[in-house]
This record gives sequence, structure tokens and C-alpha cells, in this order.
Amino acid sequence: MLHIVNKSPFEKNSLETAVRLSQPDSAILLIEDAVYAASGDTSAVTMLKDVLRDRQVFALGPDLQARGVDVEKVPDGIEIIDYEGFVDLVVAHESTQSWL
Amino acid sequence: MKIAIMVNTGPYTHQASDTAYLFASAALRKGHEIYRVFFYHDGVNNGTRLTVPPQDDRHVVNRWSELADQHGVDLVVCVAAAQRRGIMDADEAKRHGNNADNLASGFRISGLGQLVEAAVQADRLVSFGD
Repeated sequence: MLHIVNKSPFEKNSLETAVRLSQPDSAILLIEDAVYAASGDTSAVTMLKDVLRDRQVFALGPDLQARGVDVEKVPDGIEIIDYEGFVDLVVAHESTQSWL
Repeated sequence: MKIAIMVNTGPYTHQASDTAYLFASAALRKGHEIYRVFFYHDGVNNGTRLTVPPQDDRHVVNRWSELADQHGVDLVVCVAAAQRRGIMDADEAKRHGNNADNLASGFRISGLGQLVEAAVQADRLVSFGD
């Protein structure tokens, strides 16, 4: 399953919920304000580094750029994708869950 | 692959309408079919042809209409959500005794069954909202 999260982890706990309920073969995609989870030295990054041990994590590049999030500070393992990559993820996973 | 999209949030209030549009465009570029875009809750505000954003801003409604025009994408507005928010086509306006209609080109008004049908018929359903 593809879990799509669009809220900042500093605003809502939807990323934490998605992580908690995701299965090892799941992928987590950060879009819109959720891309704030993918940068810096925060508890969200610590959580995602742990998730990366058995799940894939992606972040939507255009949303990182729109928010001025430093791509260099996105931890290794979090893959930065564009909208075409977003489509590929949807195609690759049998179902999607948007944590609105 | 057939992909259906649900949009739950209005334009210019949240990024969801933009994300949904950019996702739909990318899917079409990659050769997929957008089976339907279903607009629900405040998402129905994507379907009014009376919006006039500043010239240097993107025109969210016209972008959807162009998607319908160029790719035959089925744009469906939920009737109950639309009535509450004053989004109606000529038939609905007449039925309710209103003297104006505002549904944008390429959109049609229908019921929630269209969302269920899209979920059944399409290979994927992706939701966008706040």
C-alpha cells in the first residue's frame, strides 16, 4: 500500500499514524506540507530513518522546492521524486491511502 | 492503467486541487487513463466558471476544463455538495428556480454513485484534500 501524507509532522500526527499502521512492504510518500518531515535534525527525521529499515520513503521534489526545504539535508534513503514518480508509485502499489 | 481521482478541497484555499491537477497531468503524459475526477465537499468549488484569478496566477478551473477538452477526462461534481455551495448547471438552476448557472465547461453534475463506480472500475483511486 502507498501511504500518502500531506501534513507537517509539527502540525498533525498523520505521519506518525501512517508509519504506525504501515506494513513492511508499504511505501510512504510525503507531499505538500509533509515534506517538512524530510529535512533537518528533528524527531520526524529520526522516525523516518527508523522506517527506512524495512519500508520505502519518498518525498515530492516540487513541494520541497516550493517550501525552500534544503534538498541536501534530506537524509539518505528518502528518495526525491517528481509528479511522474508519484504516478509510478500509485501504479506500483495496489492501493493508496491518503492521510488527509 | 485506469486511475480515478477524488478532490475534497476547494481551489486557492489549499494545495490539494493543484496537486490533484499536476498528478492527473503527469498520469496522462505517461499514457495512463484518468477514468474520472470526482469533486466532493468543498472540492465542488473547482467547477465554477465564474472564477477570475489575477492574470499572473494559475486558473485552476480552466485547467480542469482544458483537461476535459484535450483528454476527455470525466469531471464529476457531487450534486448534494454542489447545491449547498451554489454550483449548478442550467438544468439544476431551472429545477431550483434560480436565474443563473455557473458550472464550468467539461464538468457535469451527478451523484455519489459516480465515485463508487469509479472506485470499482478504475485500477486505482487517489484522494486529495486537506
